[in-house]
Amino acid sequence: MTATGTAALEIDGLRKSFGSLEVLRGIDLTVAEHEVVCLIGASGSGKSTLLRCVNLLEPIDAGRIVVEGVDITGHGVDVDRVRRRIGIVFQAFNLFPHMSVLGNVTLAPRKVLGQSRTDAERDADVLLERFGLADKRHDFPDRLSGGQQQRVAIVRALAMRPDLLLLDEVTSALDPELVAEVLDVIRELAQSGMTMLIATHEMGFARDIASRIAFLDAGLVLEEGPPAEILTEPREPRTRQFLQRVIQAGRL
Amino acid sequence: MALSGGGPHESRALADLAAQGRPRLVHDRRSSRRELVRSVVIAVASSVVFFGVLGWIIVNSSGWPEVRQAFLDERIFWSSLPATLAGFVTNIQLFAIAEVLILVLGLLLAVMRSLPGPAFFPLRFLATLYVDVFRALPGVLVIFMLGFGIPGLAIAGLPVDPFPYAVLTLTLLYSAYVSEVYRAGIESVHPSQEAAARSLGLNRFQALRYVIVPQAIRRVIPPLLNDFIGLQKDTVLVSFLGVVEIFRTAQITNAATFNFTPYLDVALVFIVITIPLARLTDWLVERERRGRASGGLR
Repeated sequence: MTATGTAALEIDGLRKSFGSLEVLRGIDLTVAEHEVVCLIGASGSGKSTLLRCVNLLEPIDAGRIVVEGVDITGHGVDVDRVRRRIGIVFQAFNLFPHMSVLGNVTLAPRKVLGQSRTDAERDADVLLERFGLADKRHDFPDRLSGGQQQRVAIVRALAMRPDLLLLDEVTSALDPELVAEVLDVIRELAQSGMTMLIATHEMGFARDIASRIAFLDAGLVLEEGPPAEILTEPREPRTRQFLQRVIQAGRL
Repeated sequence: MALSGGGPHESRALADLAAQGRPRLVHDRRSSRRELVRSVVIAVASSVVFFGVLGWIIVNSSGWPEVRQAFLDERIFWSSLPATLAGFVTNIQLFAIAEVLILVLGLLLAVMRSLPGPAFFPLRFLATLYVDVFRALPGVLVIFMLGFGIPGLAIAGLPVDPFPYAVLTLTLLYSAYVSEVYRAGIESVHPSQEAAARSLGLNRFQALRYVIVPQAIRRVIPPLLNDFIGLQKDTVLVSFLGVVEIFRTAQITNAATFNFTPYLDVALVFIVITIPLARLTDWLVERERRGRASGGLR
């Protein structure tokens, strides 16, 4: 049912509150190497917070996050070192507006990994070529379409050669006709064996690409399993209710 | 403000200026045309009356002949101009050197105040204290106390010439203001930019250095220029230390001629220098505003 091998990511009893609001109430989730896990659920169910916690962008209140056998939530962990191995792509792209595409992609390899500009640009060009952005290398983000910006953001994350890629509703800020080009990029990554944890509202895409789907509801993984199982015959009434609404909205 | 189609911009802007202060009502185009003409006529008429009366009062005041002679002597105006301009060279030197130092020290203070976490508390505290103290003190006071106090210590090796102390005091004063401008810029960069930088493995300092500060500086260029205008003018304050700059030169000419017209020279030099800088600032603000309006997600 799932890919075998060591777990790339293991989350145990993860809890996170913002003030009195408990957003994550004890999340347990495992992602095996080369596996693609999609997180679905209503807005506010905790998908984004979960991803931000995994990337240590939010401090957690309780629980454990283990990446490739190393507890990254323990004391004395070098968070910068952890983040190098985990890439994240945001809903709003978050490209650096004062840098060209090439500048965006090569910043971290140069400043964090200490690569020379020539090496970093050569690697960047390979990635940009692969994702159809070769002719945009000198453009600034505000000259690009949303789809192109999001593809650059994905390339920027990949340039650090992460072991794990987190995608946070990466198509939600895009015009409908630009969604496909970004989803194609993610499909290609999945085929190439990239381990990914994806928060998404695109159910059709999740069905095609996911090894497993996890349904989040009010800060808990209510149900998880292969796409066929979760999307067609969910056990939980809450999952059924959610999918019913998605179908009514014409998104499955 | 969105212009609701139709009508040339200038006349619209003029009408806005003339009609300012009146409640704006929704109106159709014909009445807006009539209103425009009416507004312009009233604005012109009231200006003529206002400035006419003001001028009449001044020219007919009992002291006017003396004031005209003491402040508006054409012969002295032209004869003192070369010396005044020569004095202004010193102001330019003061300004140019202090400005560079201010930009560096101000940024340093702003970054110190922006460092998060308990470990950086001493730096944050020092920077905050510095800014609070130097913004609280009147400029002349700082110039007097440090400009005379430090050389007064008579420490061997310290310069005797007042010029370095003039640069020092101006730098200390303006760095406090400029650091607050920088800090506002740093805080205006959306937290998602830092999240993106940190998520790539950049540490806090690298995120500031390569992502936050470059964007912040772009945004604060107009307010920084505004502070430059202030600094340019405040260079005359160091005349109290004995630096022979434009104001001091005018004082010397004044003492020699018993006439205040040299101060008019000084005033005109500052107006000529400052107004283009003010227009440049406006232009940059406008460009920034338009850039943001069309830039979408940032």
